[in-house]
Amino acid sequence: MHIITLDGETDFDGWRKAARLMALNEVKPEDVTWTVRDGEPELFAASATDELPDVPQGTFNVPSKFVELAKAAILHRNPERFALLYRLLWRLRGHHDLLNIATDADVAEIIAMARAVHRDEHKMHAFVRFREVGREHKAHFVAWFEPEHHIVELAAPFFARRFADMPWSILTPDVCAHWDGHEIAITQGVAKSEAPTEDRLEETWRSYYAAIFNPARLKVKAMQTEMPRKYWRNLPEASLIKPLIADAARTTSTMIESEASEPHKPQKQEPAQDPSLQDLSMARKPAHDSIAALREEAANCRACPLWKDATQTVFGEGPQSATVMLVGEQPGDKEDLAGHPFVGPAGQMLDRALEEAGIDRAKVYVTNAVKHFKFVPRGKIRLHQKPNTPEIRACRQWYERELAAIEPELVVALGATAAQSVLGKATPINRNRGHLIEHDGVKVLVTVHPSYLLRLPDADARAREYARFVDDLKLAAGWLRRAHAA
Amino acid sequence: MDVQRKLAILADAAKYDASCASSGTEQRDSSDGKGLGSTSGMGICHSYAPDGRCISLLKVLLTNACNYDCLYCVNRASSNVPRARFTIDEIVKLTLDFYRRNYIEGLFLSSGIIRSADYTMEQVVSVARSLREQHHFRGYIHLKTIPEADDALIAEAGKYADRLSINIEMPEEGSLAKLAPEKDVRAIRRTMGRLRLKLDEAQEAKTTKAKPQRFAPAGQSTQMIVGADSADDSTILNTSANLYGAYKLKRVYYSAFSPIPDASRALPLIAPPLVREHRLYQADWLMRFYGFDVGEIVDGAAQGMLPLDIDPKLAWALRHRDRFPLDVNRASREELLRVPGFGTKAVDRIIATRRVTSIRSADLTRLHIPRNKALPFIVLSDHRPSARLLDEAGLVERFKPKATQLGFGF
Repeated sequence: MHIITLDGETDFDGWRKAARLMALNEVKPEDVTWTVRDGEPELFAASATDELPDVPQGTFNVPSKFVELAKAAILHRNPERFALLYRLLWRLRGHHDLLNIATDADVAEIIAMARAVHRDEHKMHAFVRFREVGREHKAHFVAWFEPEHHIVELAAPFFARRFADMPWSILTPDVCAHWDGHEIAITQGVAKSEAPTEDRLEETWRSYYAAIFNPARLKVKAMQTEMPRKYWRNLPEASLIKPLIADAARTTSTMIESEASEPHKPQKQEPAQDPSLQDLSMARKPAHDSIAALREEAANCRACPLWKDATQTVFGEGPQSATVMLVGEQPGDKEDLAGHPFVGPAGQMLDRALEEAGIDRAKVYVTNAVKHFKFVPRGKIRLHQKPNTPEIRACRQWYERELAAIEPELVVALGATAAQSVLGKATPINRNRGHLIEHDGVKVLVTVHPSYLLRLPDADARAREYARFVDDLKLAAGWLRRAHAA
Repeated sequence: MDVQRKLAILADAAKYDASCASSGTEQRDSSDGKGLGSTSGMGICHSYAPDGRCISLLKVLLTNACNYDCLYCVNRASSNVPRARFTIDEIVKLTLDFYRRNYIEGLFLSSGIIRSADYTMEQVVSVARSLREQHHFRGYIHLKTIPEADDALIAEAGKYADRLSINIEMPEEGSLAKLAPEKDVRAIRRTMGRLRLKLDEAQEAKTTKAKPQRFAPAGQSTQMIVGADSADDSTILNTSANLYGAYKLKRVYYSAFSPIPDASRALPLIAPPLVREHRLYQADWLMRFYGFDVGEIVDGAAQGMLPLDIDPKLAWALRHRDRFPLDVNRASREELLRVPGFGTKAVDRIIATRRVTSIRSADLTRLHIPRNKALPFIVLSDHRPSARLLDEAGLVERFKPKATQLGFGF
């Protein structure tokens, strides 16, 4: 039997040194007893490891996960932890994957211990309450805390990073941690009577605690799961828990039973409207609306159900004097968020192609056949859906009114949906592109939608189709030049 | 009025906002010796109230005076609750004083709408600006965003805040129009859209190493009130799915409508539907972490409502018994996530363990899986549920909670 005496409850280095030496000497876990030096005269004068021959050349590897778990688990208050860790180390030498077996009893236990330690550390970060000693620039912040495990040294750096500009001390029965603005010092544990008993802000904090509590939704168990009673004696707000619970039912039923009082001021008056004015404005409605007026009207369009899931109506944009009107399919994800047509990836491609074709986008009116984004949500993204014929028809009124307001010389329909809306019937792109079509007194050019180019998987095809797209746009540009020269 | 009295009024006014998260932001601390505070990815709950809610942030309104008259709101213009208003310095000082005592992770500041959207937003931003620029406060800041506020103010809010939020309030546009006549769902959504574009820009700048442009690293969130209108769970969850997809929200909070002081008679003054709220959160989790589509969760729900007595995943499994029993030692991660009682962590452990050794029924406890719930749906190396069990109409009874005595164990 070997008896190992560690320097302290958290002596990981001592444990590691001894464990390594014993493992290399093939000392079985059941032949080791682990103890901690407690300051008293040593009972086992000759530490048992001294008897073991040092094996300098012998090394072995353990998964880094084991070191991580062991460093946490050794802080657990369970006296069996040193033996458990050595048993795991012993077994790991023959079975490197052991830690992946969450169903193994030893593995489950070390994981549970490490978790308990981290939880205690987290609760210490949460539940330490500093009390101010002295005022202003000479203030020192002191807390009393009773951790479940040996976590003070583990938890202290968090407070140093967070409260770097103020001197603080956390006193506990085991050890105390102090920060002077430069480094953490660890000293011996003290009695609770050493700690300050009040702070000038505690009354204010308690009044916050009482006010933020909603008595109509009492869930005491949920509170206790996260804030177990063992912590309550050091939390200044905890003295309120019982009275708040006791009073909750009464407070709530008072709220429910009391008649609503008279509203303390009359509700805001709607601005009086002169009905004759309204009639006048209707009567004066011009034959062709301005684009701004149309946009405002379309913002509340409910002609099809697409408005419901979309962010907003994305109306056309461009000068009212434009000679060219570009019609796309519908706004995409980005257009829906921004409220402007063709600002996403397809818009960028369109801009590039227009520039190459010699068309200034700023002088073009750009719109879509359907003015709300149609999509299905898929987790964190929205998948574009092609609008159907009823939706295209419902939205056509806006295209018609835009057309009447702009009176362009040429309409470019980008893609099948636009072609269907502009020409009033399903129109295959490939058979109808490359030349101008006369429709209701307007010249129409049909071509692909830039997002079609973005979807082509093969780079060669994309380059070829892009060139065709630019050629179509050049056709439009050329016709416009000739029309204006004539 | 002294600060403590104001705090009582303005915290009382803020408590119906469920959000108190302080997680998901960037890592920062004050170890350079200048300033105060730190954040890590993980939030900290510094206390819990007897309503079971975490107290992480100092959650207050700048003022509870409000131009709006939203029926469900304790601060509506026509309510007779006492009114108060903090000065900017008072909130800043209170935040720092609480923070130094380790009561809080930071500040969650909202406000009633006073004068105009821009004026209100400016006031809210001023508090954050003072905390960050004058006091070098590095704790967590969550700011309520006022819909339709000017873009420059929103950009500044995002520069100082970790999280921004705008509450959608009602699952349906119609009920918002009825209960909150001054609020405009379209304006709320447009502003959420603007926030998302700014969040995306900041994200892109990070990956392309363009000029760093900080914007709310913990993202945006929203809240829906449950039970004040007649919307069913299916409507609520469809709205959530839409909001998650459209605006990349970090969280949708569900807040069971609860009686408020001096309440309007137009609303149901009954105990808040807490179980329903809980089921909605479970369904929300299924959408975000378990690969469920909103349709799968609510299909077959009676009158569009999730069952209250069993959780939504179990309800789904009972509707899809043909997919079970599932062999735990072979099933894919996606399939395992759909087994009643299996959480994401348990699934990760199962996958790591079964590479080395097969899983037996005695192992379930160590994997923290409730045996009774899972066993009818799974095959293990030493367990196979009887073929009859999955066909039994009475299977659901096995999972229903037993009647228990009410009490709080004091």
